[in-house]
Amino acid sequence: MMKRPALLAAALCLLLWTHGPVYGRSDVFKDNIYNPGALKPIDSTLTVKEGDKAPDFRLPSISGETVSLHQYRGVKNVVLSFVPAAWTPVCSDQWPGYNIIKPIFDTHDAVMLGITVDNIPTLFAWTNQMGDLWFPVLSDFWPHGQVADHYGVLRSDGTSERALFVIDKKGILRYIHVHDINKRPPLEDLVKALKGLEE
Amino acid sequence: MKRIMPVFLAIACCLWIGQAPARAEITPPAVGEPLPVITLPVPERTALRDYLGLSGGGHFEVAQVKAPVILVEIFSMYCPYCQRDAPEVDRLYHIIEKSPGLKGKIKILGIGAGNSPFEVGVFRKKYEVPFPLFSDGDFSIHKSLGEVRTPYFIGAKTVHQGRPLVFFSRLGGVDKADEFLKLILNLSGIERGK
Repeated sequence: MMKRPALLAAALCLLLWTHGPVYGRSDVFKDNIYNPGALKPIDSTLTVKEGDKAPDFRLPSISGETVSLHQYRGVKNVVLSFVPAAWTPVCSDQWPGYNIIKPIFDTHDAVMLGITVDNIPTLFAWTNQMGDLWFPVLSDFWPHGQVADHYGVLRSDGTSERALFVIDKKGILRYIHVHDINKRPPLEDLVKALKGLEE
Repeated sequence: MKRIMPVFLAIACCLWIGQAPARAEITPPAVGEPLPVITLPVPERTALRDYLGLSGGGHFEVAQVKAPVILVEIFSMYCPYCQRDAPEVDRLYHIIEKSPGLKGKIKILGIGAGNSPFEVGVFRKKYEVPFPLFSDGDFSIHKSLGEVRTPYFIGAKTVHQGRPLVFFSRLGGVDKADEFLKLILNLSGIERGK
């Protein structure tokens, strides 16, 4: 017999499933979005905190280049946007928004690096639907999820959390937000975090 | 807790059982049917209020917009298709507003599905959208319209008595403003004035 907390969780899941928002409805993706249903909101434990030095990494991008975090040291502030998986509703509804706010990033002398644990061909096909993205899209596929794991945002199913890290030019983590995987982080929160770099 | 749990579960089950068929039944507005009730805040900017023929504050219902034809676009700032189509929707607006025979006869408004007011503002600024855009941050309007994909256009025309009737309900963008306008004029039956 199910315990009460489990019953409560099941009931809540039922409500979420029935009443949750619908993401990834742009017709640009047609019928190609896979809906995983309601997931555990957060399924990992951060290994870094604000004020820490951001763990360095080198990852391949869909443009064929290898991108490292340290190449931006002293040059640009960096926003890392981890999204869980290509071709899923909320993820498909996140980066296209960042794609139209480059002027806001420019104002704060920042770049964005989009990261998922998908492989390059998958990321290439998926992001092609979004138009020309101005930011690098990086694959943390192999060793699988290693960078996500270093930051403490690798979930138990091998996907990453929906997480934002803002790193200043000195390589220090200035803002960390791990968002409910089932929802899109409000854009205003990221913009506020970028403004916070000037403080 | 013993008493609350069964009640909570019962409510959840009722909502699920009750809502599942209801969700399935909610379809996009069909041609020939009355325009669904869509309630929005009256714009703060005077120019936008004047454009819609509204006065005062509070909320209004889309059916109150003073024009023979109302075009409602369901969009999202996160929708690549909507982004790509935005300049053409703007062009449609300008063609109408610059035509003495059409100005005042067709009014356009956009509803940002799942977009906060800030996100709608970003879209407005990026594409210099001249017509009113509204936030549907909790997707409630989007749900009531059958959770359509975006962009989606609903055209309604006023009738002598009763609610405006839907004459156009289609997934997809404006794509080509001139052709889209011709289609709207043909389907709505309104004529260019002199």
